[in-house]
Amino acid sequence: MTDFFFARSQMAMSLAFHIIFAALGIGMPLLMAIAEGMYLRTSKPVYLDLSKRWSRGTAILFAVGAVSGTVLSFELGLLWPGFMKMAGAIIGMPFSLEGFAFFTEAIFIGVYLYGWNRLSPLTHWLSGLIVAVSGIFSGIFVVTANAWMNAPAGFKMVDGQFTEIDPIAAMFNPASFHEVLHMTLAAFVATGFAVAAVHAFFLRRDRDNLFHRCALGIALAVACVSIPLQILSGDYSARVVGRLQPAKLAAMEAHYRTQTGAPLLLGGIPNNETRTTDYALSIPAGLSLLLDDDPNARVVGLEEFPQTNWPNVRIVHWSFDLMVAAGMALLALAAWSGCLWWKGRPLAGHPRLLYALVAAGPLGFVAIEAGWIVTEVGRQPWIIYGVMRTENAVTPMPGIVAPFVIFTALYIFLAFIVFFLLRRQFIETAGPVSESSATQTHA
Amino acid sequence: MLELTVAIFMLLSLILYALMGGADFGGGMWDLLAAGPRAVRQRKAIAKAIGPIWEANHVWLILVVVLLFTGFPAGFAGMMTALNIPLTAMLIGIVLRGSAFIFRNYDSGSATTQRHWSEVFGVASFCTPFFQGMILGALTTGQIRIENGQIMSGFFAGWLTPFALACGVFALGLFAFLAATYLTLDTQDQPDLQNDFRRRALWSGLTLAPIAGVVFLASKQGAPEMYNGLTHWWAPLLLVWTSLMSVAALVALWRRWFALARIAAISQVTLILVGWCLAQYPNLVTPDLTVSNAHAPEITLRLLVLALGAGAIVLLPSLAFLFHLFKGKETR
Repeated sequence: MTDFFFARSQMAMSLAFHIIFAALGIGMPLLMAIAEGMYLRTSKPVYLDLSKRWSRGTAILFAVGAVSGTVLSFELGLLWPGFMKMAGAIIGMPFSLEGFAFFTEAIFIGVYLYGWNRLSPLTHWLSGLIVAVSGIFSGIFVVTANAWMNAPAGFKMVDGQFTEIDPIAAMFNPASFHEVLHMTLAAFVATGFAVAAVHAFFLRRDRDNLFHRCALGIALAVACVSIPLQILSGDYSARVVGRLQPAKLAAMEAHYRTQTGAPLLLGGIPNNETRTTDYALSIPAGLSLLLDDDPNARVVGLEEFPQTNWPNVRIVHWSFDLMVAAGMALLALAAWSGCLWWKGRPLAGHPRLLYALVAAGPLGFVAIEAGWIVTEVGRQPWIIYGVMRTENAVTPMPGIVAPFVIFTALYIFLAFIVFFLLRRQFIETAGPVSESSATQTHA
Repeated sequence: MLELTVAIFMLLSLILYALMGGADFGGGMWDLLAAGPRAVRQRKAIAKAIGPIWEANHVWLILVVVLLFTGFPAGFAGMMTALNIPLTAMLIGIVLRGSAFIFRNYDSGSATTQRHWSEVFGVASFCTPFFQGMILGALTTGQIRIENGQIMSGFFAGWLTPFALACGVFALGLFAFLAATYLTLDTQDQPDLQNDFRRRALWSGLTLAPIAGVVFLASKQGAPEMYNGLTHWWAPLLLVWTSLMSVAALVALWRRWFALARIAAISQVTLILVGWCLAQYPNLVTPDLTVSNAHAPEITLRLLVLALGAGAIVLLPSLAFLFHLFKGKETR
């Protein structure tokens, strides 16, 4: 295995780790701000307690997100100096703006976490709101930089050098809008369902616990509002990708041959040799319908592109299907919860729903990881789509296996610690009754 | 001129990182070195002093990096390649330090676990600034050679020289001194702790003088361009001024004028970095990458300066609010 392989693995691992904390860093402040807002409106102490407990978890997640984000800003150059040298001047803009947004977030999270007794309730709530908004903005800016790698814009290529660069046009590249929308909503979906799962877990044993009922209500409300929007934005994203990166879309759908009335293939085993996808569930004309609202629409297949420019079809297709499946499951769950709520049935008193919510807890993050793989592996073999190949951007540094192993071990260790610390926060939250239930379940 | 503006902003961010983030590292060092009957209270005071502000303090480093790769992409690519090893070591330190600090804060576990987190936090607080000093020193040595964007000098050039190592030790001492000086103000309501930190500030401040001497002597061989840079007309003035500030800080600590000591220490650190930068100018990586040959196209620089201006409008009031809220009492 080459240094190039380990450089890609290290980048993939660092991003896969960071994206969880980044998404929670966008989602959690919103939940906190809603809880504290409810407290300001209703003066019920349970909401104050809730925002305080959530903020403790957020502090841990934010710190790990901040350090892993710092690592990433260096890794761009440590692993991909060829890319940064070419692209730094073009996509540095969103990174700089992200720097300021993240700075604001870091300042106000300090104010929020340590300022409970130093600020008026309204000012404190506002500082939480600033954390939520600046978190969203820092996510937006980073994603536009990634979107540029997928749909490069704002420059001319002359003799292998960028000229006439336009960083503004690069930032507002054709992929920015759909990527930003899809990622921001994903953060709310994943955070909402994960938090709902935690509180549903405790409610199974202690269904009258007011604290967990309020928590479940807020988290589930955020999740259930976001997921239908997310499905719509996913549909829109696929159409844009089909236009901007047809090879990526063809890989996502495991679609080898260009054809009209293209079927939608679910699952199956893509085979590059025979250029077929075996054992897939095929829905006739499904793909044409989804992309163009026309059952006879022509959809470009992978065969139109030289095989050296294909991404890894299996990984991209399976990840894409996994993401969609997770999204659909969450949509169904949201519909179920919504129905019960509409009929005025208390959600906390519905054991089967609680079980389903607990089981679905990780699905939002599964979808985020799978979706990220679709975006990034689907972009390969390009680091700048159609412009620069990833292998030409890698550092000349030998022995990249060493930092890869070190950072992987470090991040696995951190993940364990974070898991146990968060668990302890929740158990403290739950009080004696649920603590016994938690130990029973885990024992 | 635009590239110079961006470079000045980078220097400002670096100074602020040293003054704020650096002091947090110093706090971690004193946490590890906490001793005597008041060790537990010393650790508490340190944690209380840096708790609300450390996340923000460390964003200055991200700002330096972002300005570097936007404004000077070739400089960034060169540094990240030639100094890959010490930079990776520094990053490991940053990850361990940040996470150990927050884990210790939120881990209500046994005293042993708490002590382990403390140790990780402390050791990482020692290693990270050492590597940072080493990296800055390496840029100055002139041993990193780059031709047509290719690193010709391999991956070990510069940072293993005596000069770079001395710079690492100097960064350690400087941050320890800075932190102890700040902590005298953070512990005004606990005179015994204040005395502890006063003593630490005095000792570390005194130790800095011989280390600075070693750095200066090592630079003659180890960083000749910088050494020669220090023979400019402004150099003696700057040197005298820096020395005056160091003496002023020590005298103020001795006389217990702690607010004054903090101002003097801040000036001292600022002047050291300004002096380093002037002696290094116009080099980013001596001698091949300079402010004028490694910068981004003009449009990027112009937008970057605009973004910096707009960002400052949001940032500075927010920072002022943060420090007023958590550090305001001591100065009033």
